[in-house]
Amino acid sequence: MNKNLSYKKPLLETPFHERTLEACYNNDWYRWAGYKIAKEYSSTELEYTSMRNTAGVIDITPMHKYDIKGVQAREFVNKLVTRDVSKIQPNQIMYIIWCNEDGNVIDDGTVFCLKEDHLKIMCAERNLNWFTDTATGFNVKIQDITETIAALAFQGPLSCKILNLLKVTDIENLQPFKFGNYKINKSDVLISRTGFSGDLGYEIWCNPADALNVWDSLFKFNRDYKVLPAGMNSLDMVRIEAGFIQPNADFMSAEQALRTNRMKNPYELGLSWLVNLEKNYFTGKKALKKIKNSKLNKKLVGLDIQGDKPANGSVLYDSNKKEIGIVTAAIWSPTLKSNIAMGYVDSNHMKLGSKVYAEIYHPEELEYKKIWAECEVVKKQFFNNNRKNAIPAYI
Amino acid sequence: MSKSIYDVAIIGGGHNGLTTACYLAKAGLKVVVIEKQSYVGGAAVSREIHPGWTYSNCSYVCSLLRPEIFRDLELSKYGLQIIPYEGSASMLDDGRYYAHYNDHDLTYRSIAQFSKKDAEAYDRFGKDVMRQCKIIKPLLKMTPPDPTSFAPKDIMGLLDFAKFFAAKDELGGLGEKEIYDTIRFWTMSVRDYLEEYFESDIVKAHLAGSAIIGTALGPYSPGSAYVLLHHYMGEVDGTVGAWGYSRGGMGSITKAMAASLKASDGEIKAGSPVTEILIKNNKSYGIVLENGDEIYANKIVSNLDVKRTFLKVVEKKELPEDFYNAVKNFKIRGSSGKLNIALDDLPIWKSIPEGDPAGTGDLHITQSIEEMEGAYDDWKDCRWSSLPYVDMCIPSINDPTMAPQGKHYMSVFVQYVPYNLANGGWTEDKKLEFGEHVMNRIGSYSTNFNDIINHAEIRTPKELEQEVGLTEGNIFQGELTMDQLMFNRPIPGYAQYKTPIKNLYMCGSSTHPGGGVMGAPGANAAREILIDLRKQINTHYI
Repeated sequence: MNKNLSYKKPLLETPFHERTLEACYNNDWYRWAGYKIAKEYSSTELEYTSMRNTAGVIDITPMHKYDIKGVQAREFVNKLVTRDVSKIQPNQIMYIIWCNEDGNVIDDGTVFCLKEDHLKIMCAERNLNWFTDTATGFNVKIQDITETIAALAFQGPLSCKILNLLKVTDIENLQPFKFGNYKINKSDVLISRTGFSGDLGYEIWCNPADALNVWDSLFKFNRDYKVLPAGMNSLDMVRIEAGFIQPNADFMSAEQALRTNRMKNPYELGLSWLVNLEKNYFTGKKALKKIKNSKLNKKLVGLDIQGDKPANGSVLYDSNKKEIGIVTAAIWSPTLKSNIAMGYVDSNHMKLGSKVYAEIYHPEELEYKKIWAECEVVKKQFFNNNRKNAIPAYI
Repeated sequence: MSKSIYDVAIIGGGHNGLTTACYLAKAGLKVVVIEKQSYVGGAAVSREIHPGWTYSNCSYVCSLLRPEIFRDLELSKYGLQIIPYEGSASMLDDGRYYAHYNDHDLTYRSIAQFSKKDAEAYDRFGKDVMRQCKIIKPLLKMTPPDPTSFAPKDIMGLLDFAKFFAAKDELGGLGEKEIYDTIRFWTMSVRDYLEEYFESDIVKAHLAGSAIIGTALGPYSPGSAYVLLHHYMGEVDGTVGAWGYSRGGMGSITKAMAASLKASDGEIKAGSPVTEILIKNNKSYGIVLENGDEIYANKIVSNLDVKRTFLKVVEKKELPEDFYNAVKNFKIRGSSGKLNIALDDLPIWKSIPEGDPAGTGDLHITQSIEEMEGAYDDWKDCRWSSLPYVDMCIPSINDPTMAPQGKHYMSVFVQYVPYNLANGGWTEDKKLEFGEHVMNRIGSYSTNFNDIINHAEIRTPKELEQEVGLTEGNIFQGELTMDQLMFNRPIPGYAQYKTPIKNLYMCGSSTHPGGGVMGAPGANAAREILIDLRKQINTHYI
């Protein structure tokens, strides 16, 4: 009998649970791929602030991790994804998306190159079925190694400084989208300069047995620099500011969507830069070629919205009050002091600077106030700090 | 002697002067800001006067800065970040402490230790103050209508004004009762106001602090309740009444504004004290700098307080007698001091345990409203308070940029400190004695404070006047009392950012809606100037 299978405990606990449980005053858990992850530890506002002011620690263990080994590992991934990853080098990471045959996006993730014949893909949703099917005929071995790696995102302007104080040698020279093997308080870790915050930040991958040591180390300098564990609510805020999209939030994964018109292709998601139609055959290539040459009906854009009431779930209209789209994610950005959102607009309103209108229902003392707010179409990347790509990183 | 010509010249590079300048430059005008110091910022400055430490030398926390201004001027892009902080506490002589937390239930239980009734009354108090904040919020952005004028603009303005009190709109349908409440709140003493809600001395004392900060009123003085409201009407990301730190100190606000101004092709001339505003036929046309340079501009805007503007840089002969007298009578009394202290370690408090979030926000030393009133009595006698009200915070706990690792920066605001000190006035020795007096009081609540002081900057109203230019060192550029608010601010008949001199405007905190690092006076002044120039600008504020 699998020790993980108990009807009394439908949700698994990550190797950090002993600590996250203690820190999660609110006992408010989010269900992520069968694991318990804190939505909010004590205050979303302060957890968010830690990622923009000092550093925040997020348990991302439920992130799916797939190990891809074999002489055709790169060839396989190159067939899987829309971007050209055939030349990915050891210690390099690439942001990738993969589509179905119709050119609709299934998921996004990152591919890590350990060796030329050894890659890893990290992604939010379960993909083993799709990967294995795609791998037919390739000399590769794909394994779900999710449970064998504990993972933390360590994001914020002081993230490098604290790793440096922990004597993680030369961490400041690790380039964005590169990774290396390091030690944190004697534990072997893999650190990548990646993350979901749009700021300076790292992701730390370690053996589950070392999880608590790594966790405790990141908080070691808390008397001087207040590092906070950050929950999913605050992560959602920073990722919206950074303009990162999330499957099953901003678009339905093509593998999960029931209604075909809910699926989205990379062009609609504003991810055309991830599609390389010049490279050899890959899943969805034929369809994407066609899509590229036809008119786009809708596109996910950034919206700068008047006023200060977040436009969650708002319908978007043109100036004649005709429906032209919807908002998928919205927040009041504490860093930008702006009312920002991502949403789909129709072909007449895709250009930057276009004006659309959001109908916002703002809850006020058990009643909804209806607000008609002008929105400007802007780039999705609302927050963009130079710290993110600086080398050496700020210590 | 060099000469240059601008559309608008702004005297004083404080946060309001810079705000005015930014909006005008955004509208395409050729703008210059003239600042006497070698750095901009006025009273929103951060300076490293002790190596390794950054002090917020004057103002120290941020809440009032209008988010629309932050957004319009893209202050985030230019490095400004507001960090919210948790909690606040008052330390008691008996070894206990009274605390507020971000968590509502925790605050309830904290107050209940002193009085269960007060813990519940705090919710009613919060709701009532919040309602007053909602009433006042739209007024901040308004140019006060002149109640004696029949100009359409003023009549419309008065109607708008009335609407805020009487309209059945989203404010919840303010009726007769709310009008009474509002007028009472704006005129009564904070002691009387709090007495209507609370029974416990420490609850009242903790809350009354906001009503005396920066003002030459005591908690028993009529009008002091409004000052409390003035400190509550700000926000941090929608949490009305919340306060935060400006990352890198308060100077980050004005540095970001200066960068925003430069990005709109505005100019800044620092290190250029202005000696005179040039006026001919009742029209201003330029300014003279201390070095003799003249700068010509179609519009001149003064960020200086109304007294400094009209008693120091405008010649008396240019002004109507009644206006001149009104300026002379404007109440702008210094009552506050400030200590900026570099600490080698975190203070250990006798009452608040390390790690308690209440110790990371604003910490007050006060025992009762009576003690605060006694502190005010000392001020009236031209002495610093023997038991001063202290509002201190340690920004470096939350802001990693203020002090070296493991060391800390403490900001200490002190009420009351007179501008005119008895027995011969301020001297260097008296200043040091004052600093020591305050540090002794703080030290008596800590077990290590006296041993960890590395450096201290001591500032009395005299320093605030000399460095920042605030007359008598009044931090609000004039008392926030009803006789000097709204259409009476700064002078009845001149509340619309204009002056008796044509083309000369005011944009500082002497104008509506008053002091605090809010930016509203500056943005309102910019709007009036743009209206006069028949120029339009499409921003969130204007």
